[in-house]
Amino acid sequence: MKSILKRLNQEKVLVSDGAWGTFLHKRGLQPGECPELWNVTQRNDVLAIAKSYIDAGADMILTNSFGGSPVKLAHYGLKDRASELNQAAAEISRQAAGDDHYVLGNIGPTGVMLMMGQVSEQEMYDGFSIQAEALKLGGADAICIETMAALDEGILAVRAAKENTDLEVICSFTFEKTIQGDYKSMMGVSPSEMIKAIKDAGADIIGTNCGNGFDQMIPIVEEMRKADAAIPILVHANAGIPLIEEGETIFPETPEMMASKVYELINCGANIIGGCCGTTPDHIRALVKEIKKL
Amino acid sequence: MSELIKQIAYCIERGKVNKMSPFPNDMKEQPGTDELTKQAIEEGIGPDVILEACNDGMQKVGDKFGRNEVFVPELLMAAKAMNAVMEHLKPFFAAGNLKVKGKFVLGTVAGDLHDIGKNLVSMVVEGNGWQVIDLGVDVKTEKFISAVKENPGCAVGLSALLTTTMANMEKTVSAIREECPSVKIIVGGAPVTMNSAKRMGADGYSPDPQGAVTFLNQSVSIG
Repeated sequence: MKSILKRLNQEKVLVSDGAWGTFLHKRGLQPGECPELWNVTQRNDVLAIAKSYIDAGADMILTNSFGGSPVKLAHYGLKDRASELNQAAAEISRQAAGDDHYVLGNIGPTGVMLMMGQVSEQEMYDGFSIQAEALKLGGADAICIETMAALDEGILAVRAAKENTDLEVICSFTFEKTIQGDYKSMMGVSPSEMIKAIKDAGADIIGTNCGNGFDQMIPIVEEMRKADAAIPILVHANAGIPLIEEGETIFPETPEMMASKVYELINCGANIIGGCCGTTPDHIRALVKEIKKL
Repeated sequence: MSELIKQIAYCIERGKVNKMSPFPNDMKEQPGTDELTKQAIEEGIGPDVILEACNDGMQKVGDKFGRNEVFVPELLMAAKAMNAVMEHLKPFFAAGNLKVKGKFVLGTVAGDLHDIGKNLVSMVVEGNGWQVIDLGVDVKTEKFISAVKENPGCAVGLSALLTTTMANMEKTVSAIREECPSVKIIVGGAPVTMNSAKRMGADGYSPDPQGAVTFLNQSVSIG
């Protein structure tokens, strides 16, 4: 296992990868198809995505396991294959990453809410544990929990990953700008509230992902850095708000636009920078080029 | 409006379901919509008046949500409080003493498994007196079309949370439009904007559940 924290002590900024979901659709994933099943049925396509980000110069790549929780997989009748599909996801990214790049085992939200009694805490915890263990078994160097909105679910995911593996754990929330001008998750959690609770749960690195483009990540990172001077911060930004043109979903932010904001993002405290929905290897290549100038 | 009815509306706005419920913090030990509705019916208050209280309470919390003063948890609890009222009103709907405003067919488009946004819309619209036909998540276009045909005069709501399913939403809107030209369609969800809604040919767009209620009340003929 390689430590991202140690590496961050030597280097100020690391580059992560770009979108997987939008990329899978480009390679032919059909609506209603389970993306994680591709880890066994279309292994080469998934491998090609992973490799494209390594080739673009990313220091770390994620795994195709965002929707790999048993609760999510149950929708496709694949609940019992959670371990297999998550392990396969990590193995593919490990193969692409080789020994000198990091693999972040990706865990997304379950899509159900504890407060509505749709699932018990234990059930949710067990699901995250299965995912984290399988990702480690497949060769992940760290666990990256993403797109969280609820504190209770985020805390359970971090605890499950910390208590069932010896990996470093990253936890990232999605915030949106409110009418009042501050940032809150869908569940009403602010970046500073999130930092405290998620750090207490044991996260080594915290982050923010998805959202509405690179610009809006800057105030979020500022608030996070103000709340905690030391903890490394990861940013995975969308390439802007998607538009529809001639039946295709288009993301407006170009690689150049993204790269032009990178200094500002670093100056306000980001340590790991990558993309979310709509970003491509070209976006990552542009980020790498800009960061190398530092 | 009587004190009791005002109290029911307030309990919905605050998400106070019953005496046992610990939510919200400042209303612990107080009766919720469950107890108060029962009391109102026993006192002979008309079910239509009670339903008005529902509309009033849901409208207030829906507006607060639209202004980002409250978030998903508060809205969900309000809907839960409203459902407790509806349980007591069911017999009146069954007997024909209460009528719904109209029917609203709702679902997330194919490829999208997220149901949080859709469920919020469903609950708020229902609280306003509409019958919601919830088709669930990952709904194929054909399923939307057959539901529209089975429920003449209904309106349709499409939801998407994933950026990857926006294009599907456009296809679904066009397909429904082709088969059922007169049906009103409203779209919403995190990646959708007013602009993209227009481009995909929807009749309405709302960034929040209360906007869906406004759209239905204004643009769908009732009756």
